[in-house]
Amino acid sequence: MNKRSFTAPYIIWIIGGTLIPLAMMFYYGLTDESGTWTLQNILAIFEPGNLRALWKSLLYSAACTVVCLLLSYPIALILRNVKRAKGVIVFIFLLPMWVNFLLRTMAWQVLLEKGGVINGILSWIGLPKARLINTPGAIIMGMVYDFLPFMLLPINNVLSKVPNSLTEAAYDLGASKAQVITKVLLPLSVPGIVSGITMVFVPALTTFVISNMLGGGKILLIGNIIEQEFTVGDNWNLGAGLSIVMMIFILVSMAFIAKFDKKGEGLA
Amino acid sequence: MKKRSLMCLILALSLLVCACAAPVEEGEERDSNYLYVYNYGTYIDPDVIDMFEEETGLTVVYDVFDTNEEMYPVISSGSVKYDVVCASEYTVEKLWKNGYLSEINLDNVPNFKYVNDICRQFAEQFDPGNKYSVPYNWGTVGILYNSRMIEEGEITKWSDLWKEEYFDEIMMMDSLRDIYVAPLCMLGYSINTTSEAEMREATDLLIKQKELVYSYKTDAIRDFLLNESAAIGQIYSGEALYCQEDDEDMVYVVPEEGSNIWFDCWVIPKNAQSQKNAELWIDFMLRPEIGFMTYEYVGYSTPNSATEEMIKEEYPEEIDNQALFPDQELVDNCEIFHFLGADVDRMYNNFWKELKAY
Repeated sequence: MNKRSFTAPYIIWIIGGTLIPLAMMFYYGLTDESGTWTLQNILAIFEPGNLRALWKSLLYSAACTVVCLLLSYPIALILRNVKRAKGVIVFIFLLPMWVNFLLRTMAWQVLLEKGGVINGILSWIGLPKARLINTPGAIIMGMVYDFLPFMLLPINNVLSKVPNSLTEAAYDLGASKAQVITKVLLPLSVPGIVSGITMVFVPALTTFVISNMLGGGKILLIGNIIEQEFTVGDNWNLGAGLSIVMMIFILVSMAFIAKFDKKGEGLA
Repeated sequence: MKKRSLMCLILALSLLVCACAAPVEEGEERDSNYLYVYNYGTYIDPDVIDMFEEETGLTVVYDVFDTNEEMYPVISSGSVKYDVVCASEYTVEKLWKNGYLSEINLDNVPNFKYVNDICRQFAEQFDPGNKYSVPYNWGTVGILYNSRMIEEGEITKWSDLWKEEYFDEIMMMDSLRDIYVAPLCMLGYSINTTSEAEMREATDLLIKQKELVYSYKTDAIRDFLLNESAAIGQIYSGEALYCQEDDEDMVYVVPEEGSNIWFDCWVIPKNAQSQKNAELWIDFMLRPEIGFMTYEYVGYSTPNSATEEMIKEEYPEEIDNQALFPDQELVDNCEIFHFLGADVDRMYNNFWKELKAY
């Protein structure tokens, strides 16, 4: 047994789990039903329905990313200064991730439903019922809830690695608290922010489960379109073609990470 | 050296195959000890499966799906080999016209004699002579509303689902062909239209309605109506009966403009592992007492004339229920779905996508 044979499981995994599916996706995406080569499945992204879904996906996942960032950064700053029980606080943030995310999304259904928990409380204190579920807000809410840890962890990783001596030196030289944050900590945490953004943006962009469960079938994101082409539409070629388009977005995000996070700090 | 090991391997494999094959020959004449069933979700009394297993000694492997559109690619790709599948009439037509079905030998299904006239009459339109399909349940598509929230008698036609006073109270079906029944009947078009202009009009109507709709669901509609998350919804007659059982204030109407009548049937895919087992299953399902159990559990109209008599005897109050035993003139006003061909399917799908993405 030489060392190289240890890589066999990995290579089999990569071939079976990544290369073959990718090749099939490209084959389906670039052919039509009769098997002739065509670009029409890729260009189908420009059809009004698909374009609208793509636009909505970009919009919602951008909103989700911004909210995640605004929530995570202050928490990460606080965590940096926590001396004791830091592990416990991070643990509390990770705890929900141990529950399957479908279940967590279903829990939101129960909360947001017209006869659900939140509306129950509203009417109990005498307020009118609100239309919560089946709205863009519900979907973004679900996305934020599911993807928040993916933003918090990389930022927390990077920020907690910044040596205290740096901030102390800045204070010594007369910097205010705000200046320390904007001039020292923020620039040093860019790799973490960038990888957080991609790790939230990419899965939010392609989700179809959250929009299905919290959108009541009324809001179609690009992930739903692809899913429907494979299931309801029975058009695997179009589904694969649109998936290729989504891959382009993912590749752009990865290039983005590579540019800002050269040492891979944020991914640790 | 290499050649010899290959020979050994072949020898070993063929021995293995013989060893595996032997017990089957000894036992009954049977291609398989398993029966793979593919059915709609919550569409059978689990006891029926147990009874079938006990009686035949077969093990039933039971899978479910939500819509015909989801089931079709599974059957057509042949990726999973099911012995018997439950399909709606328009999918039955599409499946046999595309050559995915085996003919059912009705000699092996003696209980076929119980199938009632309505089912035989409509079968001529999608499967003449019941060559490929045997009915399991049937019913209509209509509107169910909660008479505590909407006054009884207010709802009589599809266009009532477009009234703005029902904002956020309307449930529509998340199923391509079913949802288009409403606008197409309202406009007076056939629910099997192949005209792009007519579908355009129907889609525009549905887009107009979308703001009023609470959500698009399939099986869950009944739960939303029962827990009063919504007051009014498009629904299958059987689901309506289920709701009425739980809540007497639920009122079912078949809209004046006409509607869809549907038949869910058992079919045998061409790649089935055991046609014989499948026919055993189909015959079993046509027994009057099994039909009655199915009715009690699922609550749809039965194709079985003997079961009908049992229901009328057991529940005399249901004889007038239009959701269960609709009048012949009501049935004549309805239309079944037809398989419209791949191009029209694609057109429907594009319109539907436009509606959903709007």
